Amino acid sequence: MSALIEFQEVCKVYRMGDSEVWAADHISLVIHRGEFVAIVGQSGSGKSTCMNIIGCLDVPTSGTYLLDGRDVGSMNKNQLAEIRNKLLGFIFQQYNLLPKLTLLENVEVPLLYAGVPKPERHRRAQEALEMVGLGDKLRNKPSQLSGGQQQRVSIARALVGKPAVILADEPTGALDSHTGREVLRLLQQLHDDGNTIVLITHDNSIATQAQRIIRLEDGAVVYDGDAHAPEAVVTAGAIGTGGAS
Amino acid sequence: MSFFESFGLAIKNILSSKMRTFLTMLGIIIGVTAVIVIVGLGNGMQNYMKDSFSELGTNTLTVSIPGRGSSRSVSVDSMYQLVADNPQQLDKISPTVTMSGTVKIETETADSTTVTGVSEDYFQMKGYGISQGRGLNYVDVAQRKDVCVIGQYLNQAYYAGGAVGQTIKFNGTKLTIVGVMSQKSDTMEEGGSDDCIFLPYSTAARLSWTGTISSYLITVVDENQAAACKTLVEDYLYGIFSDENAYSVTSMAEMLDTMNSMINMVITILAAIAAISLVVGGIGIMNIMLVSVTERTREIGIRKALGAKERSIMQQFVIEAGTTSALGGILGIALGFALSSAASVIISTLMDSSMSVTPSMGSVLMAVGVSVGIGVIFGYLPAKKAARLNPIDALRYD
Repeated sequence: MSALIEFQEVCKVYRMGDSEVWAADHISLVIHRGEFVAIVGQSGSGKSTCMNIIGCLDVPTSGTYLLDGRDVGSMNKNQLAEIRNKLLGFIFQQYNLLPKLTLLENVEVPLLYAGVPKPERHRRAQEALEMVGLGDKLRNKPSQLSGGQQQRVSIARALVGKPAVILADEPTGALDSHTGREVLRLLQQLHDDGNTIVLITHDNSIATQAQRIIRLEDGAVVYDGDAHAPEAVVTAGAIGTGGAS
Repeated sequence: MSFFESFGLAIKNILSSKMRTFLTMLGIIIGVTAVIVIVGLGNGMQNYMKDSFSELGTNTLTVSIPGRGSSRSVSVDSMYQLVADNPQQLDKISPTVTMSGTVKIETETADSTTVTGVSEDYFQMKGYGISQGRGLNYVDVAQRKDVCVIGQYLNQAYYAGGAVGQTIKFNGTKLTIVGVMSQKSDTMEEGGSDDCIFLPYSTAARLSWTGTISSYLITVVDENQAAACKTLVEDYLYGIFSDENAYSVTSMAEMLDTMNSMINMVITILAAIAAISLVVGGIGIMNIMLVSVTERTREIGIRKALGAKERSIMQQFVIEAGTTSALGGILGIALGFALSSAASVIISTLMDSSMSVTPSMGSVLMAVGVSVGIGVIFGYLPAKKAARLNPIDALRYD
């Protein structure tokens, strides 16, 4: 397995007036191709910062982030946009579908910016929607769907560009537990198909669906290991250690 | 993302909020309509002027020579010689002797009939047709014959259409009618342009006891060269009189030019005022686009997260602004044409004239160009703002 995502001493510092906030404090981690990793942490733990950096929406203040061997920290905005387009698939908590577009058009958006010609765009978007079980609703608008269905559309949209990493930010956060489980099953299925999935959540029960858990607290990694180990679901603070593995 | 895809997206967005788009476009619509109607009115006025002047003959110079006492004068022969010497510029000449006196047909008196002494070329120069009999000819002029050609009005009113061969009396001299002119004006009436008599200028000079003829009509070869021809005649006359007050040369074409440039100036000023509303419309577009960027912050965030480059976002918003104002421009053109034809109808019914408001192709092209340009220019700033949005903040925006 080759390293797909590699953080070397990644720091992210925000200035709040006079004080500095270390949202990421020397984080080092490696995620390999084909892994299903959950990044867990309470709010303020730095998991959103971590996700933004992984998702190339933000660049680290210091340290190195290598995505597929490429140094992302030194890229300009256009290069980052290209990386997001080609290597990353986003699944958001609020689905973030474009309300005025049909499902097909929504799923086509990443391909549109990738410059894929129209017939191929249609075909691939349709395939992706069929894969998530919405092949019969191509011309519907997002508002005509339930939350679970909308999240499936956003999964289709994340998949359609065949990205290296699928980045899911609290994908079940807005869903009831039943549809949440369905979405997780879908992610599990994508993982079984060989996709690399990074799941960001605050919920231990969801995190345990992954193979591996990376727990963040105050901008630092406090646990990184098997999702099914007993210490994985206990916060580091609770067992009184400052760092783990 | 290609231009056409951006364009399709823009159309979709515009159609999704029709009312707002329409209100945004209103400034552009009004501006374009106003420019088109005003320029159309200007064109109409110019055409009307041109028609009116060409009835008088835009290819003619009117020469009036009051002279300078009796010391110097210019003879008819030397005026003819002037025209003959300059065949490149001057075409034909006819002395015109305006006469006053009493016209009698049998026992009736025609008071308002104009009587003019002219040469045999006069009818051709003015484009007057002869409907019965013949026009004047060289022999009539050379031998000072007592003949005349009369207008259609006199023919109909006094001779029941059979005037040729009859006689008419002017100041007691009996003139034989050799021809009748074609009808000139739409309505034949007493004192109108069909109530006239033309006789040889030589006869006229004899009858009115004038030795010198002081007024001439000259046609020019090329009416665009009328000003140069005017100078030519003036120079000749100055050479004789050395006094600018002794003669005057009027060129109809030159007068028309002066009139046209005056109309143009007025129209330009009016159109410029109308164009202010185009600028106001542009500001309206900018305003709405700024609101739209704020409203669609989240959409911009999503698009950026999915790989849209700044250029793509920029392009999307600029094209949307440009399309909105171009649509406004097109509606404005349609409205402008509708109002122009309505104005033509109103003017022709109310003012009893044939002036028609004709929008020019140039003003239409300008209107489209300006409205698209305004959309792009005023859409640039909001588009820049949209493109610069930080995707993280934009995604978090509610």
